[in-house]
Amino acid sequence: MNEAALYEKLNDMFRDFFSDDSISLQADTTANDIQGWDSLNHLNLLIAIESEFGFRFQTSEIERLTNVGDLVAAIQKKVEV
Amino acid sequence: MKNHDFRAQLHWLPCCEHWSQQIKDIENEEDDARAWLLFVALANTQLDFVQLNRVDRMLARRFGTNPPAGLATVPVRLAVVGSSTLGHLFPAIRLAGLRRGLWVTIYEGEYGQYVHELADPASDLYDFKPTAVLIALDAYHATRGLGASSSLAEADQAVDEMIDTLAGCWRSARHAKIDIIQQTILPSLPAVLGANEHRLPGSRARMVRKLNNRLREAADAEGVDLLAVDTVAADKGIRTWHDPTLWLRAKQDVSPLVSPTYGDLVGRLLAARQGRSFKCLVLDLDNTLWGGVIGDDGLDGIVIGQGSAMGEAFLDLQSYALALAKRGIILAVCSKNDEDNALAPFERHPDMLLRRSDIACFVANWDDKPSNIRRISQELNIGVDSIVFVDDNPFERNLVRAELPMVAVPEISEDPAFVVQAIADAGYFEGVTVTEEDRERTEQYQANAQRAKLHEQATDLSSYLASLEMQLSWKHFDDLGLSRITQLINKTNQFNLTTRRYSEEQVRALIGDANAVTLQLRLRDRFGDNGIIGILIGKLDGEDLVIDTWLMSCRVLKRRVEEASLLLLAEAARAKGAKRLIGDYIPTAKNGMVKDHYPRLGFGELESDAGGTRWAVALDDVRVEDVPMIFVKEL
Repeated sequence: MNEAALYEKLNDMFRDFFSDDSISLQADTTANDIQGWDSLNHLNLLIAIESEFGFRFQTSEIERLTNVGDLVAAIQKKVEV
Repeated sequence: MKNHDFRAQLHWLPCCEHWSQQIKDIENEEDDARAWLLFVALANTQLDFVQLNRVDRMLARRFGTNPPAGLATVPVRLAVVGSSTLGHLFPAIRLAGLRRGLWVTIYEGEYGQYVHELADPASDLYDFKPTAVLIALDAYHATRGLGASSSLAEADQAVDEMIDTLAGCWRSARHAKIDIIQQTILPSLPAVLGANEHRLPGSRARMVRKLNNRLREAADAEGVDLLAVDTVAADKGIRTWHDPTLWLRAKQDVSPLVSPTYGDLVGRLLAARQGRSFKCLVLDLDNTLWGGVIGDDGLDGIVIGQGSAMGEAFLDLQSYALALAKRGIILAVCSKNDEDNALAPFERHPDMLLRRSDIACFVANWDDKPSNIRRISQELNIGVDSIVFVDDNPFERNLVRAELPMVAVPEISEDPAFVVQAIADAGYFEGVTVTEEDRERTEQYQANAQRAKLHEQATDLSSYLASLEMQLSWKHFDDLGLSRITQLINKTNQFNLTTRRYSEEQVRALIGDANAVTLQLRLRDRFGDNGIIGILIGKLDGEDLVIDTWLMSCRVLKRRVEEASLLLLAEAARAKGAKRLIGDYIPTAKNGMVKDHYPRLGFGELESDAGGTRWAVALDDVRVEDVPMIFVKEL
């Protein structure tokens, strides 16, 4: 999956997850930019992503994610391998 | 066509085909009542937890904290308490309510504070005024009293203490007249010894098993309903239910991925307590109840019975339907067939388990199925929304869903081997009690059909009623009748003047109340015992007896039982020193049939507003002409 397609897919997921069709993800989007993206929702969001793409994050990886760009990179690493 | 995956969440619901469009339609719908119906329809498709989350937020944005006006159901206020993270399950619980037309408001207890919150009448929990409480404990918390080297005596003591703690919580909640749902412990802990884990007293996995066994006994003794996540997780796979990484990351005992199922398990218990479980299973015949087409293949050509995998699969469905009938679910048939052909297997096929006498209403003709399902609901006198319709044909399923969205139509596999699983997993018929009447239900509906035949023969109503040889026996509320009385109070929608719902505890409180008049009525006739068919509660207010609750089973309509009941009530009111009867009619979406109940009985109107109408009659003016039945005081 190329990066643009990945962003598009994530964007759809975020819109459903946060119930907000105005979301438009960029590499530097952080939790502060999206209403409702608190720590618990962060974890639930990751579970949704894991389930959608069919892989598991390692606990150590989760702690390193700071913005959407990190998230995309982490997914790419998992999906392409 | 995609193969049916019975491991998917909510696999009995049809897939959501037009998610984005349905979301838009709801956003664009200006009328609240119509928006609510769109929400209910969307909740009745297969949604994952992200989608449930979204619908839940839309629902909150649309309606805020209050249910839409005119809902036929009583709003549920659910307090959820426990020892782990639970908030991620709430959207699924609310949506499971929505799926059944229930409005659910949730209060989340302070993390790990459930004992104190339930014990303290001044806590935020009681301030929330819950109608139900769900106590959800995880295995780590529930077994914390145990040490790895505990002796057998210490292990037993840890179990006793945990059960005592919970029983204390239950009693506090019961005292506040709150329905209680106790979650069993999810067996998430690893074995230390192995297959013979039960031989290691200090094993926490062993303790979970012990606790779950004890919970079942204790819950029955205390009138508590269980949310049996242990059996469901055993069925679906404990590792899909409990994920150790999620436990570590977020202290989630139940994975969000299974929240759709979890929520539905809670929703069906809440619905069952409101008497909103489904009541009737309507079955198609060809390729649903047997293999092949009876009209084409003939009696010896259809596939049913031992000896082939297919034949046994159909037999399994028949046997499951029969088991449902034995616990009070009404069976009906809706088939496109000539009636003679459709009846033949029931009457003459040696391998059929289901017989004609097991089917309360048998409809086989060439009309469309939605019309026939409406006919079945009328003949049986039950709501269309209490019907589950099982048909192997996707066309018929979709037609019924489109015409009658309130009928539950499970998606089933083309392979008959999975049909029972779909019906069972869907939890349509969730029951919380089993009463004697439940066991006799099919016979009662059968007898009703016979009465209808006699009615056709009798030339006028009064001679028909006289020929029934009715006997109305009555007694005040007692412990023995408690579960049936509570069941009727919570599930009677049509002949119900006030539709007030009470828990078993609240009903029990009436037994010794000197200011209350309570009556449970049982009707027998020459065709059999109809069971308890009427419940009346009156409350003394000075010289008035105010009728708080008057409800009757629709089975006994048009038999002048209302008038007979009035006589009994008047007599009981006189005995309490009352001079006048006051009756209220509170309209709901379903009880229009009793709008004129009080004027028909000679009551005069006192006052009327949007909330209902109040009627009164002086006891001296109660006039009832000879009722066609004899009265018996039951001991």
